[in-house]
Amino acid sequence: MSEEREPKVPTEEGRPPRDLWSEGEPALTPEGTPPSPPVKARRGDEIHAFPEMAVGEGDVRTAGEVPEVTRGTSLWKDAWRRLLKNRLAVFGLFVVCFIILAVLLGPPVIKATTGFQYDTIPADTKLVQSFPPFTGPDGQFAATHPMGTDSAGRDMLARVLQGGRISLMVGIISTFVSLLIGITWGATAGYLGGKIDDVLMRIVDVLYAIPYMMIVIVLLAFFGGRSPLQQIFLLFAALGAVSWLTMARIVRGQVISLKNQEFVLAARATGVSTPKIIFRHLVPNALGPVIVYATLTIPSVMLTEAFLSFLGLGVQAPYASWGSLAQEGIQNIAVFPWQLIFPGVTMALTLFSLNFLGDGLRDALDPQMRKF
Amino acid sequence: MFRFIVRRLIVTVPMVLIVISLTWALIRLAPGNFYASDKKLPAAIEKNIRVKYGLDKPWYVQYGRMMGNILQLDFGNSLKYENETVNDILKRTVPVSAALGACAYLLALVVGIFMGTLAALKQNSKIDYGSMGLAMLGISLPNFVLGPILVLIFSLSLYWLPPARWGGFPSWNLLLPVLTLSAVYMAYIARLTRAGMLEVLRSDYIRTARAKGLTERQVVMRHALRGGLLPVVSFTGPALAILITGTVVVERIFAMPGLGNYFINANLNRDEPLILGIVAFASILVLVFNLLVDIAYGFIDPRIRY
Repeated sequence: MSEEREPKVPTEEGRPPRDLWSEGEPALTPEGTPPSPPVKARRGDEIHAFPEMAVGEGDVRTAGEVPEVTRGTSLWKDAWRRLLKNRLAVFGLFVVCFIILAVLLGPPVIKATTGFQYDTIPADTKLVQSFPPFTGPDGQFAATHPMGTDSAGRDMLARVLQGGRISLMVGIISTFVSLLIGITWGATAGYLGGKIDDVLMRIVDVLYAIPYMMIVIVLLAFFGGRSPLQQIFLLFAALGAVSWLTMARIVRGQVISLKNQEFVLAARATGVSTPKIIFRHLVPNALGPVIVYATLTIPSVMLTEAFLSFLGLGVQAPYASWGSLAQEGIQNIAVFPWQLIFPGVTMALTLFSLNFLGDGLRDALDPQMRKF
Repeated sequence: MFRFIVRRLIVTVPMVLIVISLTWALIRLAPGNFYASDKKLPAAIEKNIRVKYGLDKPWYVQYGRMMGNILQLDFGNSLKYENETVNDILKRTVPVSAALGACAYLLALVVGIFMGTLAALKQNSKIDYGSMGLAMLGISLPNFVLGPILVLIFSLSLYWLPPARWGGFPSWNLLLPVLTLSAVYMAYIARLTRAGMLEVLRSDYIRTARAKGLTERQVVMRHALRGGLLPVVSFTGPALAILITGTVVVERIFAMPGLGNYFINANLNRDEPLILGIVAFASILVLVFNLLVDIAYGFIDPRIRY
């Protein structure tokens, strides 16, 4: 190459300077639409960009309200705000909180006001029959049993609330067990990679294909039934042990996408041990999807528990769960429908709300996963 | 393709054996036994029973004998229903469960795909919100609540339909159980279809189809549904697992002589051969189904190669 080529750059000579701001019409404004008013800031608006670069509502701050230090918004705060915008998720959150409060505070309150506990059988034998909701022994209106009584004269409201305690507890603890197994399994596979990853994930694939409910039924039928408390612990373990598979996959995916980032390299360079890198550095960063999936695991575990209790393999008397209450209720469905309807509807409402909350959390924490 | 099937079968067969071994181990490790009762048996009788069922041999002999028999598809006689072999019971109960499950799945497919497609086409409309709310309700409402409520309304109040029992294959007895069983699938399928369709409707090949001037009907029926239903196809495998658990409850509610009902009774009776027979049958079914789904995937989605 003998001669150096001049780069072909268009020169501005002879052209009027371009006014980029006022050139042309806004592209996508339909004709006749007045330009939208400038974005106004409200009190308490937070700043996402410098004022010169502000383009959207969220980027603006009000003059006079400029804080000394620009406050950033954390991932969690952003997610929380997105969640509050989702009406169904807020409804779910509200109902779930209400039910948790009712389940915790209800039984003592009922005991204080009407004297009924979930296992109180009235001493008066004439009373031992099932009353419809809001009806006393004389067939007249009475506020003592808002949900009626079961066939042994026990207050349904107290039983439904007590059953809710067990159902929610099984749901939450089993989900926690599945979190422990799933996170450890998935994070180990994802971080270590290679052969270990292959083996661990192949085991998960294989377990996916097992009709595990049958094995759980066999387990509960053969090992359960010695004491009601032991049965509940068996439930925690069994349900936790079969619901961690998807969790492991999710955590593994997250860890793989995180493990090549600088903070992991930095941790490794400073001599942090492998388990510590996994649990102190990687897992906390993968928590978003984990929380979302855990919220959706709780209702599915509760449903499984109810299913097992319905078959008589889950929670045993004197304890009750929504599933075992429904099972008692179905015996008398033709005569005393409230024995089934109240626990059933309470349970359905709880699961409904938890599912909506989980969906809302997914949209809020992980907008990219959102399905339009 | 052929190699893929062979490779999968190589994994599948040991899987079934592992499931059976696990079940057998659980049964054997559990305290007590099937002949235990409140009355203490005389030692001589107990010894005879143990000899009769081969329980006096070491565990590996028992295990080997059990496996050998199962590999020949001979599950032996039921302990509870003594004059019937497990195979007889399977022959009797499987058609009941299969009729129930197949009808429920077909109904769910038709209604679910229809609702999901409609919701996707009218995204963010009242139809969309309504059908998705209904789907969420279907997922959240346990079938043991839905079933009795349906019975309460249609059988015990309106007297339109029989409340329970098996009445042969095409009979009105089947309607309520099928409705109860299909609610969950309907919901899942509607949600999957909606998500799949929304993704596909935004893709380039749909824009091409529209640009060619096809009618909306042709675009949806011929092009979009094929891609949008892939998630539904892959759901068929897990669906079968839910179906098995679902039929257990539905058969119990509606007093149907199906596989699920017998499985629960077998567990309560400690009927080891029957439990092993049903577990083996179900796991073979689930694994074969998963294989079929994977193969079907290749036919529907031309992008997939084995």
